[in-house]
Amino acid sequence: MRGHYIGGMANQVPLVDYLVLGDAPHLQAHECVNCGARYFDRRNACASCFEDVFKTVSVATEGELTTFTIVTFAAPGVPVPFVSGVVDCDGTSVRTNVINVEASPEHVSLGMKVRLATYSIGTDENGTEAIGFGYEPISAN
Amino acid sequence: MNTDPVWILGITMTKFGKHAGKDVVDLASEAARAALKDAGVSMRDIGVLAAGNLMGSGGIGQQIQKQIGQTGIPVYNVSNACATGATALRTAIMAVKAGEVDYGLAVGVEKLSGAGLLGGGGKAKTQGASWEPSGRFGAVAPTDGRIGTDAMPGTFAQIGMEYGHKYGGATFELFARISEKNHSHSTLNPLAAYSKAMSLEQIMGDVMIAYPNTRPMCSANCDGAAAAVVVSDAKLKTLSLEQQRRAIKVSASVLTSDPWQESCQVLPDVNTLTKNAAKIAYEAAGIGPDDLDLVELHDCFATAELVHYDNLGLCEEGGAVDFFNSGATWRTGKTPVNVSGGLESKGHPIAATGIANIWEVCHHLRGEAGQRQIEGAKVGLAHVIGLGSACGIHVLEKSGL
Ligand SMILES: [Zn+2]
Repeated sequence: MRGHYIGGMANQVPLVDYLVLGDAPHLQAHECVNCGARYFDRRNACASCFEDVFKTVSVATEGELTTFTIVTFAAPGVPVPFVSGVVDCDGTSVRTNVINVEASPEHVSLGMKVRLATYSIGTDENGTEAIGFGYEPISAN
Repeated sequence: MNTDPVWILGITMTKFGKHAGKDVVDLASEAARAALKDAGVSMRDIGVLAAGNLMGSGGIGQQIQKQIGQTGIPVYNVSNACATGATALRTAIMAVKAGEVDYGLAVGVEKLSGAGLLGGGGKAKTQGASWEPSGRFGAVAPTDGRIGTDAMPGTFAQIGMEYGHKYGGATFELFARISEKNHSHSTLNPLAAYSKAMSLEQIMGDVMIAYPNTRPMCSANCDGAAAAVVVSDAKLKTLSLEQQRRAIKVSASVLTSDPWQESCQVLPDVNTLTKNAAKIAYEAAGIGPDDLDLVELHDCFATAELVHYDNLGLCEEGGAVDFFNSGATWRTGKTPVNVSGGLESKGHPIAATGIANIWEVCHHLRGEAGQRQIEGAKVGLAHVIGLGSACGIHVLEKSGL
C-alpha cells in the first residue's frame, strides 16, 4: 500500500507518484513502447504517436540544468525565494526546484551539474511523512 | 471557400489602463461600436460575431449583443488563453472566407486591473490535514513552488534563459534593455496603460519578480477592449473609395497549437508553434521577414520577446541577441518591434491583446499613427501566444489605393 515501505521506511509517502522512495530514490516515467516518449503523469495515449502502451522506466538521477529562474514573488502560501528549473537527465527533461543552494544568480548557473535529492515536506495527522524531491548541485571539489 | 483575401474594414482599441466605472460589457461595447463606426457599417450588416473574455463567466458575445444590437446572428464565444483575441478575429475571417457572410465582427475584452500574479492562481494554496494523492501526478500537496513554478513570470523567465543556455549572451542586462526599448516606445502611445520611459538602472533596480524579470519587464495587468470588422473582397469592391483605401488586407491569418516535443510538457514550448505559424504565414502572404515594416509580437515578458525574434525569423537562428544589440528592433531600426510599447507598457488585457496588436499594425499601415507613425509602412505582422499553447499570426498589408 502506498505510504508503507518494507524495510524500516514506514509511513512515508512521496510528494508525487513518479517519485520512488527507498534506498535509491529516483524518478520514474511512463515511456511509450512505440516511440519512446516519456511522461510523468498518467496518460490516455501518447501525445507523440497516439499509441497507448507504456512501460515504467527509471530516470537518471544526475543531469544538467538547462534553464532556471529564481522566483521571488509567488502565489500566497508558496514560500520564496526558490529556484525553479529544468534538468536534462540523459535526454529526459525534468521539471524541478534546485535545492541545497543559495537562491541567487551568483550560485546557480546554466549548464551546472545537479543530482536528485529528497527532503521532508512534513508529517500529517496520521504520522505519515511526505517526501519531496529537488536537484542539488554536484560540487566541483 | 474562395481564395480572395479578407479585409479589415474597421478596427479600434479602447485606452488600456484602469476603467473603474466600466464593466467588461461596457468596454467591449465601446470597442465594438467604434469599430463599426470606423468601418462605416452597422450591426444590421454584420453576419457573425466572435468574442472572447478569458477571465469572465462566459457568453460575452451575447452580453455584448444586448448592448449594441441583437440581430439573431451566430455568436462564437472563444477562449484560447492569451491568443483569445486573435482566435476571435480568425473565427470571423474564416466565416467570411467560407462565403457564409460578407461581414464579421470580432471583439476581445478583459478587466485585469489589480489582478496580481497570473498562472499560479491568485488564491492561497491549501493542503489537507492528511496526505491524499490527487490529480494526474498523484500529488499529496501543492506542487507550485515545490516542483518548479506555475506562475507566468517564472515560466517565461525559464523560456528566455533556455534560449540563453542554447545560444549564449542572454544576460539580465540584455533582457532589461529589451524592456527599456518597449518602455521608450510607449511614450508615443496615448492609449498605453503606462507611457513612461524607464532607464536601464530603473528597470534592473525595480522589484524582482522571477529572475531575470523585474516588475517593468512583466506585462502590465490592465483593463481594455479591442474590436475589428472584417469584410469579403467582393463586398469591399462595392464600398466607397475611402473605405477601400483604408481597408487593410489580411494576407495571412494563422493559428497553430504546440506539436509534441520532448520537453514540451515540462516547460511550455512557445517556440515550435510560433516557428510553424510564421512559416505558414509567410508562405500564405508571399513575403519574407525582410519585407516587414513593423512587428507587434507577444512580449508578455522581456524574456519572451527575445525568443520570438528568432521564432518569427526576424534574425538568423540563434542570432536574437546580436539582432537586438544591432538596434534593429528599436522604432528607428530595420525591423521595428512593439512600437506600441508592447505588453510591458501598453498593457495586456488578455483577450483584447490579440486584436489590439493588429489595430496597432493597421494604424501604421493606414498612415494614421500620428507621432509614432513608422513612415511608409506597407506590411506588418502581429503575433500572440497563449500558453497551453496557441499561436496566432496575422500578416497585414496596406491596400495600395
Ligand atoms: Zn509514442
